[in-house]
Amino acid sequence: MRGLKIFAAALACVLSAIWTWPMPAFAQERFITLASTTSTEESGLFGHLIPIFRKATGIDVRVVAVGTGQALAIGARGDADALLVHDRAGEDKFVADGNGIDRRGVMYNDFVLVGPRDDPAGVKGLRDVKEAFAKIARIQASFASRGDDSGTNRMELRIWSSLGLVPRGAPWYRELGSGMGATLNTAVEMNAYVLTDRASWAHFQNRGDLLILVEGDERLLNPYGSILVNPAKWPKVKTEASRVWHEWLTSPAGQAAITSYRVNGEQLFFVGNP
Amino acid sequence: MHEVSRAFALALGLIGRGDQELLGIIGLSLGVSLTAAIASLLVGAPIGVALAISRFRGRAGLILASNALLGLPPVVVGLCVYLALSRSGPLGQFGLLFTPFAMIIAQLILLTPIVVALTHRFADGLWAQYGGALMVDGASAPRSVAIILAIGRASMLTIFLTAFGRAISEVGAIIVVGGNIRGYTRTMTTAIALETSKGELALALALGMVLIALSVAVNAVAFLLARAWRK
Repeated sequence: MRGLKIFAAALACVLSAIWTWPMPAFAQERFITLASTTSTEESGLFGHLIPIFRKATGIDVRVVAVGTGQALAIGARGDADALLVHDRAGEDKFVADGNGIDRRGVMYNDFVLVGPRDDPAGVKGLRDVKEAFAKIARIQASFASRGDDSGTNRMELRIWSSLGLVPRGAPWYRELGSGMGATLNTAVEMNAYVLTDRASWAHFQNRGDLLILVEGDERLLNPYGSILVNPAKWPKVKTEASRVWHEWLTSPAGQAAITSYRVNGEQLFFVGNP
Repeated sequence: MHEVSRAFALALGLIGRGDQELLGIIGLSLGVSLTAAIASLLVGAPIGVALAISRFRGRAGLILASNALLGLPPVVVGLCVYLALSRSGPLGQFGLLFTPFAMIIAQLILLTPIVVALTHRFADGLWAQYGGALMVDGASAPRSVAIILAIGRASMLTIFLTAFGRAISEVGAIIVVGGNIRGYTRTMTTAIALETSKGELALALALGMVLIALSVAVNAVAFLLARAWRK
């Protein structure tokens, strides 16, 4: 029994040490939960923005980074206080359905079509993304799709449907059901074409044989919007603190913080009207 | 292989300079998994022994259930806990979603069937051996449970380590209910998932090495304790 007591004492020590571990975010009393997209998290933008915001306001932001479709679903269940997402049609519907209020444009960047260096579909340098997609479909080159109802996935599906194409189920069209990074990892291994936001691509390390082939089409603009979850529907929402965040993002200070974020010297998010 | 050697160097670097964020992540991983493993032992072990030493209606069903639930998919558990703790769910008013507490609850649900099933198995054997003597002694049911657990403490340690191993390596449930929030609910496994997504494969692998080292350390401590017990 002596051994048991020693064991219990040791466990108690370890646990109390762990639970009193000094973690800055634990000590922060005021916080909001933000549902946002993998692109903003994985590009490192939040790692840059949130410390600046916290310093200015004393409010911490806890980011749950998922696809835009899931972020909107989290918001619709009242499980976040604010959203920062990128699917204009989905955002407008979210507000129209009474789930959110006061949608504001915050920043934008663009999507790029990435593909294998040898470019079997011959799309390199095209300006028109629709033409590039049509060529890929024509020769049935491998294409990796997010397939997760994210903002990027919704953009891609809009391009296919504007061509009157339904690639779903075709053997060359791989629907991965994954985040941007996981999709890029898979595309590298398959040497597939893939649509990605520029920020995720800039931050992505494991590029293999892929490079940017098509960019600059104005259809590929990628605007991000901030929405407050409707406190009338979800009384538990942190109305005041999330309003501070929402206002800060669109204030000169917030916009300057967004503009100052660089990866390897490249600006990834832009403010103002595209 | 280049990736592996880079990962090794990265892992050593991370540990060597005592990276603050990494220490926080390790602390949270250990805290959540140890708490869940201990709680599952407190809940599951008495049930497991009770299943071995007593006969009651529904016993067979419980044994079957605990064995079947060994294969409980973590992501389904995560989803159920999510729906329960969501602001639109039955426990929404407590604001527990996306907290370490939610992660412990999800892991507790995952671990308890494992503890019940494994405890039942070893207690069954012990009861065949000692049950007669305990009954002659006139030991009450709770006392019998305590005695069986004490006799089988070495097996209990193995069960605890099994539960802990399942918890510390688990990602599907905790990423759903914890949200992988930096500095708050990010654990070793969810950090590895995130770094993999970012294409930072070497860093992800380095974190994996740290996680394995952590697991080895916990098991080594348990091994030493078990040896002290036998003396």
